[in-house]
Amino acid sequence: MFYRENGQFKTTYRSDQQIFPIAQDRWGVLLIVAFAFLGVPFLADEYMFRAILIPFLILALAALGVNILVGYCGQISLGSGAFMAVGAYAAYNFFVRVEGMPLIACLLMGGVFATLLGIFFGIPSLRVKGLYLAVATLAAQFFCDWAFLRIKWFTNDSASGTASVSDLSVMGLAIQTPLQKYLFCLAFLVVFGLLAKNLVRSAIGREWMAIRDMDVAAAVIGIRPMYAKLSAFAVSSFIVGVAGALWAFVHLGSWEPAAFSVSRSFQLLFMVILGGMGSIMGSFFGAAFIVVLPIAINIVLPELGQWVGITVSTAALTHTEQIIFGALIVWFLIVEPHGLARLWSVGKQKLRLWPFPH
Amino acid sequence: MGFFLETLIGGLMAGMLYSLVALGFVLIFKASGVFNFAQGAMVLFAALAMARFAEWVPEYAGITNPVLFNLIAFALAAVVMFVVAWLVEYLVLKHLVNQEGTTLLMATLGITYFLDGVGQTIFGSDIYKIDVGMPKEPLMAFQSVFEGGLLISQEDLVAAAIAACLVAGLSLFFQKTSTGRALRAVADDHQAAQSIGIPLDRIWVIVWCVAGVVALVAGMIWGSKLGVQFSLSEVALRALPVVILGGLTSVPGAIIGGLIIGVGEKLSEVFLGPYVGGGIEIWFAYVLALVFLLFRPQGLFGEKIIDRV
Repeated sequence: MFYRENGQFKTTYRSDQQIFPIAQDRWGVLLIVAFAFLGVPFLADEYMFRAILIPFLILALAALGVNILVGYCGQISLGSGAFMAVGAYAAYNFFVRVEGMPLIACLLMGGVFATLLGIFFGIPSLRVKGLYLAVATLAAQFFCDWAFLRIKWFTNDSASGTASVSDLSVMGLAIQTPLQKYLFCLAFLVVFGLLAKNLVRSAIGREWMAIRDMDVAAAVIGIRPMYAKLSAFAVSSFIVGVAGALWAFVHLGSWEPAAFSVSRSFQLLFMVILGGMGSIMGSFFGAAFIVVLPIAINIVLPELGQWVGITVSTAALTHTEQIIFGALIVWFLIVEPHGLARLWSVGKQKLRLWPFPH
Repeated sequence: MGFFLETLIGGLMAGMLYSLVALGFVLIFKASGVFNFAQGAMVLFAALAMARFAEWVPEYAGITNPVLFNLIAFALAAVVMFVVAWLVEYLVLKHLVNQEGTTLLMATLGITYFLDGVGQTIFGSDIYKIDVGMPKEPLMAFQSVFEGGLLISQEDLVAAAIAACLVAGLSLFFQKTSTGRALRAVADDHQAAQSIGIPLDRIWVIVWCVAGVVALVAGMIWGSKLGVQFSLSEVALRALPVVILGGLTSVPGAIIGGLIIGVGEKLSEVFLGPYVGGGIEIWFAYVLALVFLLFRPQGLFGEKIIDRV
């Protein structure tokens, strides 16, 4: 009754081509963003910020980047963790070695270096396809794992191999408390989300999707596969690199290469596939799901154990967490192989008719 | 020269062990088009089962003959792997027929988490050892040809022999038995195989069982070399370059790929490693595979990928 486009007439091309053509969508998204900026700071406590909200924002940003490559351009990548690592360490080196470089510039330079690496490891995608490519991208992952562990220059020759940053500030405003960190990450996510949304509905986004659906056919109608694939790798790894720099700088503070190991790559791919391939919205859903699920299991399981009368040991807890996590993922893939974003669009369709039966 | 040959032989042996794990990948991919990331978890699960049964059988059944209780433990572990294979088929794959490759890949990753969790819950998460009486003493050979001779690990030699036997056995099974023929038919074309009356469900269970047994043998050999612990499941990541180098659909490819990767890894680590700080084995294998792929995108022996519009 409320969610429908009846009576919203488009009189110009401009209004027909806007991001959210339906007024309810437009207002809904604006409301959510306003709530995230103004409402959440009053509602969430420190634990909420540290354990859930900040990781969610940063990983959603990373998932967004991976989704551009995997979901929109169809190139499966298992090397996202490496691009995050390059973003983090490049930003770190600019932060430590260049006196007085602004924080945002450091983070963006992290993205630039991740882009370079992304393009380099994207070159095989011109010849190697599908699962072969997926495994080949692991080369980037293991190479970066090794490089950041063994080459001491990257970690500013620190004895323990740990990189750490402190006293973050942007234009005189300190980024110290969880709330400040949250707002900082949120700003990044909103800007990049808008950017990505606009990219995928522009000419280049349509090229990516054509390549994904069938690259030979796309090449036949005049889309340059090299340009389309490498640009997808570049954009994707830029976003993932910035997310990696944020993860290291804002969330972790001090980190080791293990923070960006191959399991991080799998985690990001899970987010994209559970959330919905080829959907910006899906990246957010997927990230929320993957971030919240282990925490929820961790909280619910001991309670449940107490209720039945068994004390759950930490080892048993980790294993049970693994079991439930694995089972849920399999179950989810069986029930909704197209991801949470599909549920969302089905819900919207239903809402159009509601409360009438037809 | 002697040192070079020693490294080369060491690499070939290690490569044989990689091919064992790679073989599991290839079998399942050939028959069902599933890229089974859970192969590593299956290796760990099988090795854990084997190690614990080898402890429990003498304890509860009172069998003290090491050959006998190891055999019983092996059989029990094989039964466990059959059950796992059957469950995977009936609970997961049956419901995911006709889904995209990535979805299936993610499902096997889910199975990986599940198996890791279940295995360590049932069998415990300490380090266990498997002792099937593999000789530990290194062997000296060709003392007359080279100064100081060649040092060859007997354990590796036995392991390579077992791997070779397994591969020969599998080839016979695929070529000579009717089940093997059915498996090859399914691998060639699912629909055609189904239309002439080959039951797909059963074939898939069989393939997963065979992959389970391969995982068990791999787990037994790796387990007796390194001890059974969680890191065993990472063997799968070492075997992935082997699979893509040899070609996802080729059994001989898995063997030859394994040998190339094994030799490449060892030689690079010994002769190139010292200059760049060591520890380069793992990414060198991937880069090596990547270089081969640039020239043959379907791997050395994989079926040629033909794109049609």
